[in-house]
Amino acid sequence: MSQALARPQSPNSWHYRELNQKNPGLDHLSNGLISLVEAGHPVMAGSADLQYSNGLNRFAARYPDRYVGFGISEQNMVSAAAGIATTGMMPYVATFASFLGLLTCEQIRMDVAYCALPVRLIGHHTGISMGFYGTSHHATEDIGTMRSIADLTVVSPADGPQLEAAIRASIDHDRPIYFRTGRGREPDLYDPKADFVFGKAIEHARGEELTIIACGLPVHPAVQVAERLNAAGRSVGVIDMATVKPIDRDAVLEAAARSKLLMTIEEHNIIGGLGAAVAEVLADEGVGKRLIRHGIHDEYALIAPPTHLYAHYKLDAKGIEELVLKAIG
Amino acid sequence: MNSALRNDFRPDEETIARLRDRAQFVRLETIRLIEIAKVGHYTSVFSAAEIFAALYYDVMRLSDDPKWADRDRFLMGKGHAAVGLFPILADLGYLPVDVLNGYTRFGNPLGDHPDMRKVPGVDFSSGSIGHALSNGLGMALAGRMQGRSFTTFVMLGDGEMQEGQVWEAAIGAAHHKLNRLVAIVDRNGYQLDGAVDDVMGIEPLDEKWRAFGWEVHVVDGHDIAELTAALRRAKADEARTRPCCIIARTLKGKGVSYMETEPGWHLGYLDPSDADAARAEILSKVI
Repeated sequence: MSQALARPQSPNSWHYRELNQKNPGLDHLSNGLISLVEAGHPVMAGSADLQYSNGLNRFAARYPDRYVGFGISEQNMVSAAAGIATTGMMPYVATFASFLGLLTCEQIRMDVAYCALPVRLIGHHTGISMGFYGTSHHATEDIGTMRSIADLTVVSPADGPQLEAAIRASIDHDRPIYFRTGRGREPDLYDPKADFVFGKAIEHARGEELTIIACGLPVHPAVQVAERLNAAGRSVGVIDMATVKPIDRDAVLEAAARSKLLMTIEEHNIIGGLGAAVAEVLADEGVGKRLIRHGIHDEYALIAPPTHLYAHYKLDAKGIEELVLKAIG
Repeated sequence: MNSALRNDFRPDEETIARLRDRAQFVRLETIRLIEIAKVGHYTSVFSAAEIFAALYYDVMRLSDDPKWADRDRFLMGKGHAAVGLFPILADLGYLPVDVLNGYTRFGNPLGDHPDMRKVPGVDFSSGSIGHALSNGLGMALAGRMQGRSFTTFVMLGDGEMQEGQVWEAAIGAAHHKLNRLVAIVDRNGYQLDGAVDDVMGIEPLDEKWRAFGWEVHVVDGHDIAELTAALRRAKADEARTRPCCIIARTLKGKGVSYMETEPGWHLGYLDPSDADAARAEILSKVI
């Protein structure tokens, strides 16, 4: 007779509700929201059947009266968040970026942005971070869709700590915001206690040969590449354009004035995203600087574990270094 | 609803007369405003005129301040009937009459659909059919979180029942036991391409809402006494643990005879001479 086991025996076994341990970067979402509630702000959080994926289960356990589970009804969640925001509360609602940025695009435009309501939309597991879950779960268009919606601020933090800092700063931001964040497994670059300023780029290095302008996950490897190359006598700059909209125009123009080349790097289609936003600034100002747009080159990503995809699409440090060296010779 | 309950909430004769007058006012103002725009949704308002009147002149808790936090809310899934709401907002003093009289003209806040950013008294913007019940669900959730007692009324078109998001909200409202959320379906039977039953049938509608966990009442949407009693009860019933759906059986174009029989009047324009005749017919009837 077989013996029923109380639990698996190996420490390597895990289940969905233990995802917090695997995605520590997303702990920062709940951390930021808990600190806002503790400070007395009328915030609430909601999710569409993904509280263990985005870590909001921690917020929900702490403040059950401030959390709403919407089930698998993303459009309903976004429209309801808009209704909640009319009453003076500030809702933070989260689901996969692939669904927020495309499935709920119209609800975001009509109910959130057009109505100018302070709803915070958190699109997590963005880009190709879902790896072999496939194209339905990849978000390589969300910057493009969200950026074209008037009155919507678009923020793409590079890691969990920067997301937490931006969440805390958002309490003073009276407009709707789309946060585009990863899956919480990125190595930390920032300190969660650092100030986050909407619309202000963060300069990590200055360079005359080339400046990388990146957002999201590629920022950290880009910083590592610049450090390595600059230590070897090259001159490569890195700017974290964490706020994609409104874009820090001065930062783009200063980089263009300083560097021979510009390169944008994003975990997004090169059409419509950060590269397009930088190109618009250069064109608007009549700056004839060569811009290399790097990201997903107008295609659907392959099936593979995320790290393999980042290597394949040259979004990791090795791939970025290869592209930079090719550009600067 | 049993007869005893109906009697408890039935408006008195004076109220009935007043509400009939306000429904007539909504129809007449709609004709007047559409003369300005030279195109509009007469019949979508005419089917809902009694619903507007009962809510704004009897059932809803309002104040002089259209932003009062404890006011009852009204949202329109069928935002194209906003031309029937604007005269009420002006009548209640939320909107200057000269603004009303500039309906749809360059730079005026009043367009074919209601805009909460521009129009005091509009509780939520609409125009994209299918969102409003979710918006109302959010308000009802937030009201509960804040310990407020306002009721949120959401008027939906019957064609709107074809939108999937309505049923996402229906599931959610029942799950969260939002007893201060009331949906009113204006079951006028027609949508742009024809009869709802021909375009994309939605019956049995009452059974659908019941199956989704709502308390359901089917009323004659032009019988002001029956409609008002149902709305009063939906608001007053503190013991209810479910959201409430009132299916108002109505006639699209009610009040102008040829509009009641020609679905094309969903959108149209009456020349001033025809508008006068329509006004005369509305004034000659007791609905």
